[in-house]
Amino acid sequence: MKLHSIPGRIAVIAALSGAAALTLAGCSTASTGSEFEASAPSTLSGTVSFWHFFSDREAEVIQSVVDDFEAANPGVTVEVHEGQDDEKLRKAIATGDKVDLGLSYSTDVVGNFCSTGAFRDLGAVIKRDSVDLSQFSDTVRSYTEFNGVRCSMPVLADVYGLYYNKDLLAAGGFTAPPKTLSELQDMAMKLTTFNADGSIKTLGFNPMMGWYENSAAHLGPLGAAEWLNADGTSAISGSPGWTELMEWQKGFIDELGYDKVNAFTAGLGQEFSADNAFQVGSVAMNLDGEYRTAFIADQAPQLNYGTAPMPVIDSDASLYGGGYVTGNIAGISKGSQHPELAWALLKYLTTDTDAIVKLSNGLKNAPTTTDALASPALEVSPQFKTFLDIMQNPNSATTPPSPLGAGYQQTFEDFWHSYQSGAVSDLPAGLADVDKQINDQLNLVSGP
Amino acid sequence: MSRTLAQPASSTVGRPVPAGRRTSAAHRRRTLTVFALLSPALLGLAIFFVYPLIASVYYSFTRYDLVSPPDWIGLRNYEYLFTQDPKVWIATLNTLWFVVFLVPIKIFFALGIAGLLVRAKRASGVWRTVFYLPALVPPVASVVAFVFLFNPATGPVNQILGVFGIQGPLWFNDPAWSKPSLVLLGIWVMGDIMIIFLAALLDVPREQYEAASLDGANGLQQLRYVTFPSITPVLMFAVITGVIAALQYFTEAAVASGVANGKAVVGEGTGANLGYPGNSLLTYTQWLYVRGFNTYQLGYASALAVLLFVVASIFLIALLRRFKAFTPEGTA
Repeated sequence: MKLHSIPGRIAVIAALSGAAALTLAGCSTASTGSEFEASAPSTLSGTVSFWHFFSDREAEVIQSVVDDFEAANPGVTVEVHEGQDDEKLRKAIATGDKVDLGLSYSTDVVGNFCSTGAFRDLGAVIKRDSVDLSQFSDTVRSYTEFNGVRCSMPVLADVYGLYYNKDLLAAGGFTAPPKTLSELQDMAMKLTTFNADGSIKTLGFNPMMGWYENSAAHLGPLGAAEWLNADGTSAISGSPGWTELMEWQKGFIDELGYDKVNAFTAGLGQEFSADNAFQVGSVAMNLDGEYRTAFIADQAPQLNYGTAPMPVIDSDASLYGGGYVTGNIAGISKGSQHPELAWALLKYLTTDTDAIVKLSNGLKNAPTTTDALASPALEVSPQFKTFLDIMQNPNSATTPPSPLGAGYQQTFEDFWHSYQSGAVSDLPAGLADVDKQINDQLNLVSGP
Repeated sequence: MSRTLAQPASSTVGRPVPAGRRTSAAHRRRTLTVFALLSPALLGLAIFFVYPLIASVYYSFTRYDLVSPPDWIGLRNYEYLFTQDPKVWIATLNTLWFVVFLVPIKIFFALGIAGLLVRAKRASGVWRTVFYLPALVPPVASVVAFVFLFNPATGPVNQILGVFGIQGPLWFNDPAWSKPSLVLLGIWVMGDIMIIFLAALLDVPREQYEAASLDGANGLQQLRYVTFPSITPVLMFAVITGVIAALQYFTEAAVASGVANGKAVVGEGTGANLGYPGNSLLTYTQWLYVRGFNTYQLGYASALAVLLFVVASIFLIALLRRFKAFTPEGTA
């Protein structure tokens, strides 16, 4: 058969494309793995693959707990794949049965991993093995499930609060950290020093959005600001907390001068280096996570510092004590061929008190169960204790899981960046547009 | 004798073989040989180009998250791309900026330096090495070094400018200066193109310059009527590869954003840094990456990829038609 004519060639190309499309449609989904057993197996044996993102020193901490698990389960071998970020984890899950248990650094994946089935529903085995979920706080429970599907369990938490340099505050005549945002601003202005040319030499507090841990997610709980409605659509424009937070932050930036703060910020060291601005005294107060205590102990052990909950909006001082809580999460892959082994390891990492305490002491992240929090073996410095208190405070909050991952947060932060630079004149209209952008994205991802 | 050799050793022995059939068999053998020799390359092309291309086109009409089965949604991704995506046009304009400014400026400097090196009488090898060396530096390392050199507060560039009473800009921390800063980096690492230009310039017959000189042509006229026509294919190569690279510009901008923002981390949440400052360094391919791997919209990311492929193809076809440099002489 000769097909030298143009219509003939087009027909061949169309046929090949169609065949390829059908092949793609059939081949482009992750295979389904083995099912959980109806009752818990009496003995465990086999090899389970465990993917996590930690590396270097932190990977050694994880490995030590894995070693404990293997010692407690002699028939089980854990094949550890360290240094695997979320992107690699997702690709590996999509390709089939390479991953049994995956550990992610971000709760932002939960909405998508639960809704797509990348991490399988753990509801049946949780019920089968009578795992008590009340040992986790409401906040922790909320970021490990999506729409009633619990597809992940928490592996330690990150908690955010205020770090303050005691020496610098004392030199400024302050004996206690601020409790409201206006107090923070007043103190910060008094602690700020300038060079002879008028540029900033040191800052009391750097309010620049996007710098280090200054993000909308981390500020939200300080104003009880809402992200999403129950149906997953954006609640930002309707949440007065955001408006108050944004107006405070913009006012603070304006008082210092946007260009001056930008120039000062540009000269600061990298966040995760020994040149961290708080560690070297360039800023007197800073928003950061509990893990900073480990960095300071390692990189700036002489630093005389304290920790406290972040100050809250002036209109609702009762929010003081809370903060942003997030954490690592782990789940069992859709294609896992050894789900019982993966579940045993997951249960060990997330509910065994000794394992959690060991992880917490090694990684300097907050433990997530009530027993681990109360464990005498938990190493708690006064600075670290602050974060454990924030974590258990009822005003603490997290970013809700969404099929968009962190997409809705990025959309809002983009707008906030424009706002702080002075490019936005109508805040309510801008926030309404943020809602629309998020809802458009949501509609694209999960719409009809 | 030749007739005997041409006969196949089969039942046709003793019978005359039509000339047409002999030619056809030989042609078929030649064709099969060609295909056999080409098969590794063709296989690679099919697996690494044709298949991904067809896959991208198919996925661009679906809602696809890499894990669930693709869900056919027709033109919905394209509708969102053209009417609702708030950042795709920012990313597009940034990318076009690099196409329009980075490519010609880089070529201009590479050609200029190559022109000077051709005339170098002494230590030409040393100068060639000096100008080529930056091209050997890994892109990430060169960007990190540049961001530190241009750090507004601690970098030596602004300190030197300050000696002359000039208030240096914020460079990578200012949306107005971030892209020009990357152009400076592009000029610094132009050694790869420069060395190709140098070879092309050295290949221009000296007699043509002598003849032009005897005809009274000045330097500019020699450049216009002797140099450029001789190096047009190389120039064309530089433009095409430069445009393709600019359309896919990713690494340098991404690293600059992360380092300038004080968040030089790998892996964990890298996507959040892309575009800093103020989305001025958000390129089209970065946005494609964010939508594909940060928000898991592989279907939409495929639509972005298809559009990029179409735009790049149009760009390159237009360039090829304009220059007609790769067609054999006389057929253009």
